[in-house]
Amino acid sequence: MTVLLVATLAVPAVGALAAALLPDRTGRVVGTVAAALAFLASVALAFGRASGGHGAIRPWHQLDLPWVPSLDLRFHLGVDGISWPLVVLTTLLTLLCCGYTMWRVPVPGVDRPGVDPGAPAEEAVSGARGRYLVALLLVIEVGILGVFESLDLVLFFVFFEVVLLPMYAVIAVWGGARRRAAATKFVLYTLFGSVLLLAGVFVVVAQAGTADLVTLTQRGGAGLGHGTQVLAFALLALAFAVKSPLWPLHTWLPDAHTEAPTVGSVVLAGVLLKMGTYGLLRVAVGAAPAGARTLAPVLGILATAAILVGALVCLRQTELKRLIAYSSVGHMGFVLLGIATLTATGFQAALVGNVAHGLLTGLLFFLAGALKDRTHTGELSALGGLREIAPGLAGLLGFAAIGSLGLPGLAGFWGEFFTVYAAVRHGGPLWMVLAVLAAVGGALAAAYFLRLLRRVTHGPAARAVADLRPPGLAGVEVAAWSPLVLLALAVGLVPSLVLALTAAPVHALVTVVTR
Amino acid sequence: MSLPTVLAVLLPAVPGAAGLAGLLVRPPARRAAAALGVTATAVALAAAAALVTVRQDVVASTTLADLGDVSVHVGVRVDPVAAVVAVAVGVVALLVQVYSVAYLRGDDRYAPYAAQVSLFCAAMLTVVVASDLVQLLVGWEVMGICSYLLIGHDRTLPEAPAAAVKAFLVTRVGDVGFWLGVVLLGTGAGSFRIDDVIRAAASGELSHARVTAACLLLLAGVAGKSAQFPLHTWLPDAMAGPTPISALIHAATMVAAGIYVVARLYPLFLSSPAALTVLGLMAAVTMLLGALAATAQDDIKRVLAWSTVSQLAYMAGALAVGSDQAAIFHLLTHAAFKALLFLAAGSVIHAAGTNLMSRMGGLRRGMPVTFWTMTIGLAALAGVPPFAGFWSKESVLDAAARGTPSSPAPVHVLVLVAGLATVAVTAWYVTRLWLRTFFGARRGAAGHEPARAMWVPLVLLAVPAVGLGVLSLLRNPARTEFGWFAYTPRHYAEYLPDNTILATATRHGGASFGGPDLDPLIVAISLVLTAAGVLGAYLVWRRDTAAEPARVLGRAGGLFAAGFRLDDVQRALVVRPVQALATAVWLGDARVVDGAVTDTARGTRRLGRGLARLHTGLPGYLTAVLAGAVLLGLVAVLVGGVR
Repeated sequence: MTVLLVATLAVPAVGALAAALLPDRTGRVVGTVAAALAFLASVALAFGRASGGHGAIRPWHQLDLPWVPSLDLRFHLGVDGISWPLVVLTTLLTLLCCGYTMWRVPVPGVDRPGVDPGAPAEEAVSGARGRYLVALLLVIEVGILGVFESLDLVLFFVFFEVVLLPMYAVIAVWGGARRRAAATKFVLYTLFGSVLLLAGVFVVVAQAGTADLVTLTQRGGAGLGHGTQVLAFALLALAFAVKSPLWPLHTWLPDAHTEAPTVGSVVLAGVLLKMGTYGLLRVAVGAAPAGARTLAPVLGILATAAILVGALVCLRQTELKRLIAYSSVGHMGFVLLGIATLTATGFQAALVGNVAHGLLTGLLFFLAGALKDRTHTGELSALGGLREIAPGLAGLLGFAAIGSLGLPGLAGFWGEFFTVYAAVRHGGPLWMVLAVLAAVGGALAAAYFLRLLRRVTHGPAARAVADLRPPGLAGVEVAAWSPLVLLALAVGLVPSLVLALTAAPVHALVTVVTR
Repeated sequence: MSLPTVLAVLLPAVPGAAGLAGLLVRPPARRAAAALGVTATAVALAAAAALVTVRQDVVASTTLADLGDVSVHVGVRVDPVAAVVAVAVGVVALLVQVYSVAYLRGDDRYAPYAAQVSLFCAAMLTVVVASDLVQLLVGWEVMGICSYLLIGHDRTLPEAPAAAVKAFLVTRVGDVGFWLGVVLLGTGAGSFRIDDVIRAAASGELSHARVTAACLLLLAGVAGKSAQFPLHTWLPDAMAGPTPISALIHAATMVAAGIYVVARLYPLFLSSPAALTVLGLMAAVTMLLGALAATAQDDIKRVLAWSTVSQLAYMAGALAVGSDQAAIFHLLTHAAFKALLFLAAGSVIHAAGTNLMSRMGGLRRGMPVTFWTMTIGLAALAGVPPFAGFWSKESVLDAAARGTPSSPAPVHVLVLVAGLATVAVTAWYVTRLWLRTFFGARRGAAGHEPARAMWVPLVLLAVPAVGLGVLSLLRNPARTEFGWFAYTPRHYAEYLPDNTILATATRHGGASFGGPDLDPLIVAISLVLTAAGVLGAYLVWRRDTAAEPARVLGRAGGLFAAGFRLDDVQRALVVRPVQALATAVWLGDARVVDGAVTDTARGTRRLGRGLARLHTGLPGYLTAVLAGAVLLGLVAVLVGGVR
């Protein structure tokens, strides 16, 4: 089974190389096949899983090789109940994005003087570059999967950085009118986070004498002084807060999401943000639990602020993709608040919230992209009456929005409701207030999503909508979106699809954290 | 699984599956959509009827998810109340599905409509049978979203989208309280199962303060769902939905869910006098407010909508004075006669081509079936004996007059006085509606009877609207108490120590319910008030049969017609401040938070440019000299090194 673990990284890596080197259409096909194989490999990881011992992290499968023996660094990969759902989410979304690229390659913008930077280039150019987009998506996949599978801090950091430049290229080449500025902001802001991450990793490794996450988590911070732990947690949490993102470190996100091409937004929102929340739970909380306990109230307050600010900004937002981007700030606020409670319920809520957000926001960005491709505008004031012209698209947008507003029975509910539960359970006046504010934030989410639906789907058809082509859904679109719809419904009705897997490792982790 | 358990599971499962499948039906396939919808609701009704006849309590559940410190269960918990409420839901849903086939003829989005009705039905039945509070919450909010979708169904009404959003958001604001109430109960009891929660409250594991806080928070959700002051504002606007939807969701079932949930958790509420007092205040205000607002509406559906607000308050009042039996009794009769009234109103609107009573008049001639069935419904609403509404409303008033030891007397007096005043106002506006629509000269189109699929449900619903009340006179064959709806809830007796006020209240309530026990004095007073209301409306109308009887209200009429302008209050106190806050946060986010980021970038670039200028400021020859020196030095070192 270790072979499968390696395959999830090796297959997309080889696929990326092949896609870049082969002629365009063949390259895209080979890349998509590689994504499909990686998806199958990641699903197969759930079979024949070993109990993984009695530690604080109990990998189902692992690979532990010496990497840089002189520095005692190891190439330590593993997958357990906490990482597996995110691994599968990553391979699934990458597969769907690569498959989508088979059908529609976003047009790279041109930057010649005198040419409107938003104007599409010639079709020939766009077609020839599709394979590079697929190749970049696969490289991003390797990086993200590496982050979720690393059990060594330095290895984790390396994979964390792998993601950065390909994502920069995706935004800067295939993005919208203001893509250069957005891509630069994205890369500089997250590099700032990376520096903090490096510093945090350095502090932990230098003080603890090991970079192995299993050992570090098992020790539960033993061997690290309280001050060191607070410092380490602060550095790591700041780094992950940039990625997640946590208010007020979120402002790279709306620009990046809005300017990125559809597949870029889907990967960004669907899985890239999860590197932050996953890292916070696995690395920051795991390696410096005492620091986490000290700083948890700060994290909780900022997370609640993110929920409210995200929702209120959405109420005033005028652009479709920007609105969805800000809704991510709110949703990730719930996930971070769940982690900040440092309780089993909070962790469980955060993990299921992560998956739900990946499914529903991924779907929302797919739909927003399809709508913008058809109408050539994302301004809410220019849209309206979608259900009159394109009932299928309107129905799916309605489903995704309703799921995203946390309707019980769909995936988004479990994370939000049980985050509130965990905060109340945590007790104390501060956490009670945070719980109430988070619950209010949930109601505000309903307000802005229904406002979105009212603007876009209801009423008489606006001109941009009346002229949209094609009104129906393409086969590839149905194929790319239906897995997300079905999974959002399945996780909503049977949340134990995720929670049953995460329960044991979360319990093990909480035992360490509360020790 | 035993047969009753299977039946209870089928209740939500069959319409739920049909609803999801129905969403995939292509719009042109009307027959398939109709068959799916009608069959699913018929199966649910059959299962509910079988559960009533089986007369066996069902409790079964299984773990849905492990959330670390707590688990969520999914299961069924059916007692006699749940079974009869399920029957009421099934009957109304089935008749509405049948009625809609004709009412929405020619609507090209009938298929998703029928599917959404099925989904709604599944959600309501989930609330009815749920054994776990989180499971109940799932049904509770799915109902809300179905209501949202169906209110916004009519694309020709410009006000429909706004009304749909308003309905969902106002109830969702109440649900913030409901969420927190459920969380408080769950964290206290360590379980969300209703039985566990009630047991924990009885054993003292849940502190009294926590139960009171939770009940008060739950009441916010109840007020939203059951349209009680101050969260009732969405219901009149919800009349933008198709009329069958008004009958199903906004009269007979969903709005009753709040009442049902309080009855479901009644031991908790009984142990919290504060919560009951708040509920009583809310009910008293809502009762009169709704009835008065109904007096001045010109839209026939809005009259019925305001009357629903007022009648739901009777149920809430019954709960506040300690009689969940009277509340459930009124819930059932109201479901029958209000569904009948809305469907009949739909028939009237269909014929008249308008909702406005000022353009109706004289309609009784062309449409006798509609006229007579609507007359029955109105008589039941006004509380004219022997129609169903009379018995249930009298039970509520009777309970308020008696009182129970568990809730303080002032609330009883308040509910009784408001209830009696509402009786007179109700009789007035019911008579006004009846005369304005069916009598006098024709002010618009002539009446004509609708298609059979539309009038048959009217006749079927007229049966319980007449006869359901009489059942309270009969001895329940399974129980010793009088009245078919009298029951001793299994769960009270089992869980409560003998000396608690809950136990006393239970014994008290159980023994004194039913038709034969009504207090003759209260009955006499309310009959006199009813007669006064009817006569008052008739005398005003007779003076000028074409004129609006509400003219006698003078300037108050405008206030009543606008629902006491509470919409404006809501806008000023909630909507505008939230919008202003959103604008402030939006600007702050762009200028301050993001501004700091861009300013940092700009500052860095400026600094870089300045430093660069310092360095490029060296004259060219100096650079050349420097480079030469470095080169020479390097050579010297290298040569020296070799030597």
